[in-house]
Amino acid sequence: MAGPRAFAAAASLSMLFALSPATAQTPPAESIQIGLSTDAISITAGFSGADLTIFGSLENPDPLIARQGRYDVVVVLEGPPRPVVVRRKDRVLGVWINLDSETFENVPVSYSVATTRPLQDIAEPAKYKQLSLGAQNLYMKPADETDSPATIEEFTAALRERKAATGLYSENVGGVQFLSQNLFRATVRLAPNVPVGTHKARAFLFKSGMFVKESSAQLEIRKSGFEQSVFRVAHDYSFLYGVFAVSLAMLTGWLGRLIFRKD
Amino acid sequence: MGIYLPIAEISVNVFVLLAMGAAVGFLSGMFGVGGGFLITPLLIFYNIPPAIAVATGANQVIASSFSGALSHFKRGTLDFKLGGVLLAGGIVGSTAGIFVFALLRRLGQLDLFISLLYVVLLGTVGGLMLVESVNALRATRNGAAPVLKKSGQHNWIHRLPFKMRFRASKLFVSVIPVLGLGAAIGFLSSIMGVGGGFIMVPALIYLLKVPTNVVIGTSLFQIIFTSAYTTLVHATTNQTVDVILAFLLMAGGVAGAQYGAKAGQRLRGEQLRALLAMLVLAVAIRLAADLFVTPPNLYSLSAAGLN
Repeated sequence: MAGPRAFAAAASLSMLFALSPATAQTPPAESIQIGLSTDAISITAGFSGADLTIFGSLENPDPLIARQGRYDVVVVLEGPPRPVVVRRKDRVLGVWINLDSETFENVPVSYSVATTRPLQDIAEPAKYKQLSLGAQNLYMKPADETDSPATIEEFTAALRERKAATGLYSENVGGVQFLSQNLFRATVRLAPNVPVGTHKARAFLFKSGMFVKESSAQLEIRKSGFEQSVFRVAHDYSFLYGVFAVSLAMLTGWLGRLIFRKD
Repeated sequence: MGIYLPIAEISVNVFVLLAMGAAVGFLSGMFGVGGGFLITPLLIFYNIPPAIAVATGANQVIASSFSGALSHFKRGTLDFKLGGVLLAGGIVGSTAGIFVFALLRRLGQLDLFISLLYVVLLGTVGGLMLVESVNALRATRNGAAPVLKKSGQHNWIHRLPFKMRFRASKLFVSVIPVLGLGAAIGFLSSIMGVGGGFIMVPALIYLLKVPTNVVIGTSLFQIIFTSAYTTLVHATTNQTVDVILAFLLMAGGVAGAQYGAKAGQRLRGEQLRALLAMLVLAVAIRLAADLFVTPPNLYSLSAAGLN
């Protein structure tokens, strides 16, 4: 009974399409999907940085455009946003002192980008600004917006430079590779000091320089192991931790005397 | 062998830390000082963040002073009453120090303040000691007997009110300078991560005229509690005590101290003091250089809203 009715529905749908020829000729719009094999990764104490591989697929790509290599993908792994103070040292009476500072709200702690080609070859700079895509285009909101634009610009540049120098902001050109017409693989770098917390993986699809679609997924990064437990205890049970540290010191002092006694 | 320090959040070499602890332990055994004034700058040179170096240094000092105070307790060269009054002042000074520490950290001036305090204090103490010991060395070479300052001489400190009797030290003195000295040491302990022995010992001898044999035991006794209190407060307010780091330093330190004590017996007092003075001055000069040399990066980042 269901058979004929479903057939009928399909038939009427195709008739609808037939009635509007414009839609019928346009192939279904492209879109992008990314998948993470896990929604959480644990890094151990000895972690010294790693590459994270993200797989994704293009849906309904136009075979012609795909053959000409005019699809571009930008994948971003963005760390949790945190407020940051940037300080500048200046010489006062010969001594270098932290003098000026600027606070920014919600700066992603880390920001790793992987692209098929250099960003400037994929789309117009204005496009990235609009999408707030790429370390150079991220909007850093100053806490005090009354500061002069020149100052804000100077500290924003310093913030980006410091983040890049510590490996927290990175760009991997050629880090996205198409494995087939539909399937791609993106490799983003995790810095040794990658922050724990909820990271957001985002994939942007460009077709001939035009932004088409975005897809995102969440990734939890946590640290594991003994050292992490110590860190936890130090923050969650700080008083007990202090008592432990003091007792450990006294015990070591007492044992040291016992072992190496000279009197 | 690398190890990840959970609080400092960096990877360090275990053997470097053990050797650092042993070297400082050796020197502290040799010269009879706690060694905190050496450990903290060494940790800073080894790229440990100053805030963590200070709090962990205070933790490390407990171990060496506890083991030292035990020996003095056995020998009866420890004045509990004097130590107790010093301690009362120490707690007040230490609490004030922790507040100043947190405030400076918020203002981004902590590193500068720690370095400046070290340069000024180590420079002064090292310079005075060097002058004194070189004079003593010259005097002995010329054949003259070293002139010892007689205890029991009175100065302005002994004219202050609120006198108290300290039997073990054979002392009858106002509590004001004792409390004040304790408070000053407590303040330095929480800001510099030092026990303060290198200031306490000369102050007790020259200002309060405490007999030399009870000075070290009493100073160590008060340092245990001041640095224990400092460690506790740093742990709760700033979360900057790294037990792994502290333990490695202590383990190296207690072993090194014993050999240092042995080596120290073979050197004469003024030679020891001259060597210690040069060491102290070297640390001060190294720290001072960092203040004046153009840093490679003028900009630095730190988390906002951190206390």
